[in-house]
Amino acid sequence: MSDFTRLWIYLQQGPLLWLTVTLVAYGIGDFLFVRARRSPWVNPVLVAVLLISVALVATGTDYETYFQGAQFVHFLLGPATVALAVPLFANLRHLRSALVPMTAALVVGSLVAMLSAVGIGWLCGVRGEVLVSLLPKSATSPVALGVAETIGGIPALTAAMVILTGIIGAVVVTPLFNAMGVSDWRARGFATGVAAHGIGTARAFQVNDTAGAFAGIGMGLNALLTALLAPAVAHLLF
Amino acid sequence: MIWPLSILLGCQLAGEAVSRVLGLPVPGPVIGMVLLLVLMAGHRRVPETVAPTAHVILGNLSLLFVPAGVGIVSQLDKVAQYGFGLLAALLGSTVLALAAGVATFRGVARVMGDRR
Repeated sequence: MSDFTRLWIYLQQGPLLWLTVTLVAYGIGDFLFVRARRSPWVNPVLVAVLLISVALVATGTDYETYFQGAQFVHFLLGPATVALAVPLFANLRHLRSALVPMTAALVVGSLVAMLSAVGIGWLCGVRGEVLVSLLPKSATSPVALGVAETIGGIPALTAAMVILTGIIGAVVVTPLFNAMGVSDWRARGFATGVAAHGIGTARAFQVNDTAGAFAGIGMGLNALLTALLAPAVAHLLF
Repeated sequence: MIWPLSILLGCQLAGEAVSRVLGLPVPGPVIGMVLLLVLMAGHRRVPETVAPTAHVILGNLSLLFVPAGVGIVSQLDKVAQYGFGLLAALLGSTVLALAAGVATFRGVARVMGDRR
């Protein structure tokens, strides 16, 4: 056995290798994102996922082996979800200023996101647990993953759907709202946070500060509402 | 660093316990988020203790999605089978949800006498 083979076998058994790869791949993604002047097309998560997937396929490593290392990063999703309370709390005064329009937009936006995703998917022939995995895709990842697990979807698939939703939202939001002639930054930001979670919120902050603050509230509230509604909607539909 | 992390993990732990014991469909960390919100509203010290650590975690939030996202490599058969349908669903639903949300917000604000 060559020294290299022995080293490779040793590294495959511990979490160090794939934990490092995860951080470096994300670092590269973030570097490219900044270099592309934060264009929503160059999403650091998407870049990292592509790089790591290629590395896994090229080295013949299965996902379980990879996850032994990556689980330390994955675990932080829990405390991160709890931490979402901090920006939500900081924006509470905005919440009071437009409580009724926000509540209405939250319920409508959240339901339209869930029902239209499942409806369009069904029309295009998507069935079974793959269709279920689409349901929570507008909520922020940690919540969407937890919800997917609860309602019988595939969390890994939901994770990819959530990221793509965020990218699509960040790319279409400004042209769409300009075409609709909406000039109220509160409405624009809030709808973005509800429909396109953190990636949409980051985009909203690039365009306008008020829009960003309202997007943060929209994201936080939709995380809550999706967690509450998705199990009921899944129960009714599936 | 120790206390803010303890508060975050403690809220998650309590949320997880409540979710399991009561058999709620809501993920434990989401209940933990509500719990932290209540704690922050109740004690002035809590927001200033937790905020710096929360900002560090949330500032790198995207990184935390990577391990789950890589899970797509174990789902490539499903992506190959349903790829078009999934993409159509994501595109359509995101545009519809954005439009519905913004139209509802403006519509209700206008009914309530907001002119802008």
